Amino acid sequence: MRSVSVDLNHDASLLIDIPDALCERDKVKFTVHTKTTLTAFQKPEISVPRQHEDFIWLHDTLVETEDYAGLIIPPAPPKPDFESPREKMHKLGEGEATMTKEEYTKMKQELEAEYLAVFKKTVQVHEVFLQRLSSHPILSKDRNFQIFLEYDQDLSVRRKNAKEMFGGFFKNMVKSADEVLISGIKEVDDFFEQEKTFLLDYYSKIKDSTAKAEKMTRTHKMFILFPFRHMEKLSDLFEKLRKVEGRVASDQELKLTELLRYYMRDIQAAKDLLYRRARALVDYENSNKALDKARLKSKDIPQAEEHQQQCLQKFDKLSESGKKELTSFKGRRVVAFRKNLVEMAELEIKHAKNNVALLQGCIELLKNN
Amino acid sequence: MASGTSRNPPPFPTNDETGEGLSNLADGDSDEGEDIFVSNSMSPGVCQPVRGGELPAGDASSHTSAQSNGVHSDEDNDLFSDAQLSTDKSGSSSQKELSSSSSSRPISSFSPRPAAMPTTSLEQLEEEEDKDTFDVDVAVTNPEKVGDGMNAYVAYRVSTRTSLPMFKNRTFSVRRRFSDFLGLYEKLSVKQSLHGCIIPLPPEKSVVGMTKVKVGMDDPSSVEFVERRRAALERYLQRVVAHPLLIQDPDVREFLEKEDLPRASNTQALSGAGFLKMINKASEAVNKMTIKMNESDTWFEDKLQEVENEEQQLRKLHAVVDSLVNHRKELCGNTAVFAKSMAMLGNSEDNTALSRALSQLAEVEDKMEQLHQEQASSDFFIFAEVLADYIRLLGAVRGCFDQRMRAWQRWQEAQSSLQKKREVEAKLLWANKPDKLQQAKEEITEWEAKVTQYERDFDRIGMTVRKEVLRFEKEKTKDLKTQIIKYLESMLQSQQRLIKFWEAFLPEAKAIA
Repeated sequence: MRSVSVDLNHDASLLIDIPDALCERDKVKFTVHTKTTLTAFQKPEISVPRQHEDFIWLHDTLVETEDYAGLIIPPAPPKPDFESPREKMHKLGEGEATMTKEEYTKMKQELEAEYLAVFKKTVQVHEVFLQRLSSHPILSKDRNFQIFLEYDQDLSVRRKNAKEMFGGFFKNMVKSADEVLISGIKEVDDFFEQEKTFLLDYYSKIKDSTAKAEKMTRTHKMFILFPFRHMEKLSDLFEKLRKVEGRVASDQELKLTELLRYYMRDIQAAKDLLYRRARALVDYENSNKALDKARLKSKDIPQAEEHQQQCLQKFDKLSESGKKELTSFKGRRVVAFRKNLVEMAELEIKHAKNNVALLQGCIELLKNN
Repeated sequence: MASGTSRNPPPFPTNDETGEGLSNLADGDSDEGEDIFVSNSMSPGVCQPVRGGELPAGDASSHTSAQSNGVHSDEDNDLFSDAQLSTDKSGSSSQKELSSSSSSRPISSFSPRPAAMPTTSLEQLEEEEDKDTFDVDVAVTNPEKVGDGMNAYVAYRVSTRTSLPMFKNRTFSVRRRFSDFLGLYEKLSVKQSLHGCIIPLPPEKSVVGMTKVKVGMDDPSSVEFVERRRAALERYLQRVVAHPLLIQDPDVREFLEKEDLPRASNTQALSGAGFLKMINKASEAVNKMTIKMNESDTWFEDKLQEVENEEQQLRKLHAVVDSLVNHRKELCGNTAVFAKSMAMLGNSEDNTALSRALSQLAEVEDKMEQLHQEQASSDFFIFAEVLADYIRLLGAVRGCFDQRMRAWQRWQEAQSSLQKKREVEAKLLWANKPDKLQQAKEEITEWEAKVTQYERDFDRIGMTVRKEVLRFEKEKTKDLKTQIIKYLESMLQSQQRLIKFWEAFLPEAKAIA
């Protein structure tokens, strides 16, 4: 999972990981572990318990921070979703009466493994979020980030206050309108013109691919629950084949589906940046109009001029930072895709060779018997 | 197709298909120069039911083997039991041979024994298997639509290749339609089933399938339907010609050889399903019998139970394979959709190398879809269809057991009729009515003959059923094993192609920069 965003967690001045997590009913409690040489922190090594909602709070505060308008804010980790394995566990419980003890135990073990896989995935996606922050030159210095890492009390109070302050204002505001806005403005900068076109198109394609990949992976995983209990000596072979198939499915999910999912969200974050810049441009254009009006009326010219300057500065800052961010994003994306596609191909080959060996062995056995 | 060297060709089927099984043992296979009758009784496979001192003296081995048959034949059902079959000719080892009969020897499709009861030793049968394969090969190919509209039908080419002299040529082919196959089945089942033979079953009729075909043979579901039917008809014929008795039946020969076959009428009445229904009804009747048969040897009871269990097992397995097929088809569809989406993404990608890699990935996924599709077909044709065949065949096997029961019933009823006639005679003697007495004596003679006849019938049917069941089990084991190997080999091929696809993709992925 770390390979969705490579080059993280290399800087020894701030190392973050999630060494373990507890699952209590619906809630997952992550242990966030930090090792740092930075003096800004109170202690060189800290461990704190955090919930998913804390991560969301952190993400939202970063998004709402004006100063970071020119940055791609790493996408928030998705909520832990244990629905699928839980549902299957439930079905297994219902079907218990019709199975032999052995079958039941086996299926239960497999479902527990699936549960564990979901668990691991959610831990890693939360971990990547933090590591993206820690490896970002500006975001790593954020005050709230520091609080998140070292505040040894429950963050839920802060979370509530934040909600009241912003009311999810920015996020809820114009998710639907941003496409229109972004595509509507007249772009003077070639770089952003290209980026805009590219990102809008790429986003819709990757969203589609993600959905189709998810569907494919889900079907693939169904083969896991295919007990081939019959035919005595063959059942052993089919068991093994099934396990390999299961690994193929979950590797495919990790390397391909997760990759697409992650970058879909990352591209959304990049689009958000474009949106903020577009807004700033609109503000600048509006301030220009206001200045012209002021000059016409010969009233409040200095304020208008200052306002216009501020808007311009803001816009320039966003453009400059945005360009940097988008360029490094490109590189990051290409590297991550490469790594994952290579790993996926290698795993497919490995599993298929495994299957070949299993099948050849069994065919030999049958022919000689 | 090597034919046995020291074997006499079969005589043309004579009319002595009834009755005197024991008397025809003299000819045929005497490889060892032994008196067939003696060696016959030493083979556990076709041991006559132990009753009232009929065994030749000094044959303790067969006596014990008769009772232990129920145990040994368990292992017949395990497809892959480890023991090897040996062609040791000594009588004592023939018991071992029975218990390790899951070897992969091809079964002789053709025994030189007369059409009447082939009661040569199992040992000798197995020897022949060693030497020879099928002497008759059949294939069903080239389905062609004949005619138009609702009267259209599909004609298949039935090709035969054989070295048997009873056929006019060595290779020949004819055109047959589905109802011809059903007609053959009907003729055979009417004739042979009464003797306890297991008649192979033709595929089911299908109004829906055929209607689609009549409309047009081009769409994929019609193509699949016709292919399914063709394969099923081929398997059906292969089983028929593999049966040592049926291959000698003139109707079978006519079916294979004759240019123009008269249209089979009345196939409405007896399709495979119809006949099975009849069998099931008969089973119910048998179950309601008040006089339970007193089996001196439990072989029949045990075997019937085994057959019923196995039928259940295969049904379950068939259900699993069926859902496997459906899932694979679903995966197929999802993969195809994903491949298209990935191709679009590749087009969108502005990094050249990554764009190319994504397009390549789309192609790989497309090839995977094809692989899944082919694997689903293989799941289906190799596995599921054959399982379905055997589920139905096991039903037919059960039918044979019922026929034996009915033969027993007939015998018992004749015996009680005879008893009644004797009572009548006794009364008449006492009442002193000489003219009626004569008639009574005649009736007694008549019924005594019937009792003897029915008893012989019952014995004979018992022997046939035994032999048939063992032959069937061997064939089934061999067939299923062959199918499983074929299935595994197709999976193996699939995986090897998969490796090639991904190995071709890998350098593209590594080239991303």
